[in-house]
Amino acid sequence: MNESFRAIPIVLALALIATATASAQNAPRYTAADVRFMQGMIGHHAQALAMTALIPARTSRQDIRSLGQRIEVSQKDEIAMMKQWLKDRHRQVPPNDAMHDHQAAADHSMNMPGMAMSDTLMPGMLTTEQLAELARTNGDEFDRLFLKDMIRHHEGALVMVASLLGTTGSAQEAEVFRFASEVDSDQRAEIARMTALLDALAPTGVTTHR
Amino acid sequence: MTPRSTVPPSPTRWSIIRLRHLLVLAGSLLAVTAGAQGDSVAISHDDPRIGLRAGYQDAAEVARNLELVGHGARPQNFGNAQNLGDFAFLNGDLAFKGDLVFQGGFNGFQVWDISNPKSPTLRTSFVCPGGQGDPSIYKNLLFFSVEETRGRLDCGAQGVTDTVSAERFRGVRIFDISDLDHPKQVAAVQTCRGSHTHTLVIDPNDPDNVYIYVSGTSVVRSGSELAGCARGASLSDTTTSLFRIDIIKVPVAAPQNARVVNSPRIFADSAGAIAGLWLGGAHGAGTQTTTQTNMCHDITVYSAIGLAAGACSGNGILLDIHDPVHPKRIAAVIDPNFAYWHSATFNNDGTKVLFSDEWGGGMAPRCRPTDKITWGADAIFYRAGDKMTAAGHYKLPVAQTDQENCVAHNGSLIPVPGRDIMAQAWYQGGVSVFDFTDPAHATEIAFFDRGPMDSTKLLLGGDWGTYWYNGHIYASEIDRGLDVLDLKPSDQLSQNEIDAAKLVRFDVFNPQNQPKLVWPASYVVARAYLDQLVRDKGISSDRSSAIARDLARAEKLKGTGERAALTQLANRLDQDARTASDPTRVQSLAATVRELAKR
Repeated sequence: MNESFRAIPIVLALALIATATASAQNAPRYTAADVRFMQGMIGHHAQALAMTALIPARTSRQDIRSLGQRIEVSQKDEIAMMKQWLKDRHRQVPPNDAMHDHQAAADHSMNMPGMAMSDTLMPGMLTTEQLAELARTNGDEFDRLFLKDMIRHHEGALVMVASLLGTTGSAQEAEVFRFASEVDSDQRAEIARMTALLDALAPTGVTTHR
Repeated sequence: MTPRSTVPPSPTRWSIIRLRHLLVLAGSLLAVTAGAQGDSVAISHDDPRIGLRAGYQDAAEVARNLELVGHGARPQNFGNAQNLGDFAFLNGDLAFKGDLVFQGGFNGFQVWDISNPKSPTLRTSFVCPGGQGDPSIYKNLLFFSVEETRGRLDCGAQGVTDTVSAERFRGVRIFDISDLDHPKQVAAVQTCRGSHTHTLVIDPNDPDNVYIYVSGTSVVRSGSELAGCARGASLSDTTTSLFRIDIIKVPVAAPQNARVVNSPRIFADSAGAIAGLWLGGAHGAGTQTTTQTNMCHDITVYSAIGLAAGACSGNGILLDIHDPVHPKRIAAVIDPNFAYWHSATFNNDGTKVLFSDEWGGGMAPRCRPTDKITWGADAIFYRAGDKMTAAGHYKLPVAQTDQENCVAHNGSLIPVPGRDIMAQAWYQGGVSVFDFTDPAHATEIAFFDRGPMDSTKLLLGGDWGTYWYNGHIYASEIDRGLDVLDLKPSDQLSQNEIDAAKLVRFDVFNPQNQPKLVWPASYVVARAYLDQLVRDKGISSDRSSAIARDLARAEKLKGTGERAALTQLANRLDQDARTASDPTRVQSLAATVRELAKR
């Protein structure tokens, strides 16, 4: 069963034993793609928080507000988890302080430094202009655009998971797999919920693409 | 343990779609529970479980009416000393056969010899990673769940590098364990979502085959790795591998021919839409956010009544399993307190179903003083035919720290005649033994708890599953190994009741394949009923004293004298039942005495 383990050169094996237990050394390690996934998802989640921060001032619909609160809570938890994962592995934790500052993001500027992520936009993320457009809307118009944007945003997360799982060697560490699987499952379900909400909001004769 | 995000409470209201959805479902066997009655359990603030010293091997331990009598430490090759709560090495669920306990886990399985329960000895530790490693046993076959993408067909620990690979294994492994020192993988049945848990199903009318209900909860693999797998996210996509369970048929004489024979859409509505149950979201202001029902987390089958109870992420469901390949959903319930329907247990006569809610996925502290007593708890339902009615909740009645992952998890009935008693694991909340005979007032009668793994941070740990087996309670501890606990008598549980429980013995026990508990005719069973009548004032004290005397007298007699005395007592008990305040229990006692007379 451990043919490949036997094949590990002795020097390397000894080096591994020095840093890990005999049992742990054989387990697959995280990869650069795993690290990029975690780092990218922090920014991705942070933008979701910037979007939900727009809600209180722009809609009185309780279902949208509740949706926003749920997204906020879950993404905050996951950001904390991802940061801890990176910290534990001595990897760079991307700064997202500006993104964290919802009120600032909502009230002041769409051109603040924290938003200057357009050069590394993850799938589904809004550009600075799109975020500004969302911030300019109100009421029904905001509700529809918010749902459309957030559905797209969540679909982007699914793309990121699919891309991670489509990268050689990735998601082999148990904790990365668990997290990726969780993101996939949660965001899929939330997309279904938001799509239904959007369909219910749409005026007669108008349906969404889903 | 479930891959779930940890979503704390958030106030919400009915969404339009939710309401519409429920109206559609109203005619399709969905019972909406408006909140159970009798959630009166109070959190104790004066409890020895509060403030226990943290530690891995040296955490403080405390017990009431339970005693830790045996322990087997997690073997070194099943742990990561650098990272105690390492996900890759967690211990998981248990299965039992003879004097052996099979302890599954994310790294493979361990087999403990428990011929001396005070000293479990490690017989085999078989490395075969892939999580979460739920085991079941049938004769010489061991079934084993694998869900992670690192799982390999050959059980190698190195993972699978390629994104699409014939080396990858996600599904149910079948081992021949005739030679326990050399388990031999005889089949490995691949599924689209892997196997998070599985349940052994034995059809009494089909001795040549057994069936495995596979619950997959993780990401769907690519169709190029396993034909037919599809990740469709849309609710109307009928090709998706979500919204179903998989059923494996295993020919007992040729397990190598095991294969998936059906993937029923058990969440479909009457119109055939595959997403026919809870679509995810909250239930109204101040309610929990419940996961979408696109998977079962765990299914408990109770073949004695031809039913299975599915804990299926957003719903609790009942399945008619008389035709095991084509289970038919006959009921579905929701609970606005539930985040994630995780596991199910029937009471012995099948009139109650206890569902557990794994709020926070088992990785979060959900027994803090601020966490609601009805959240992350058990919900108990009365069952009659295809109707389930909310009856009450039970949650570990003491708060745990922020450093302890804690929520309702796996357990089994303790075979005390005449009562519904369960031993349940609460992760780092420890073991809780409670009585849910009256589901509106479920009450703890015994507990065991350790301090947190670490005083500064949450390291995943605690009790995964806690099961009564042939006289002892076995607890799978995620990091620390296997614990063996014994029940101690108290004012809530007599020695006779414990001794009666010890009379129920099984050759094999798979907790999710729930066996019917049957007690042999015995004086101790009669005395267990009598103790209950005395405790709950179910009969007058004059009569209970007289019955105790009659039992003692009959036991001293032998042969025809004994039989005559017992028959006389049984007849007298029939009369008692007419006037007693607990006639049912008196009748049970009479029946036991009558059986004794026939012995």
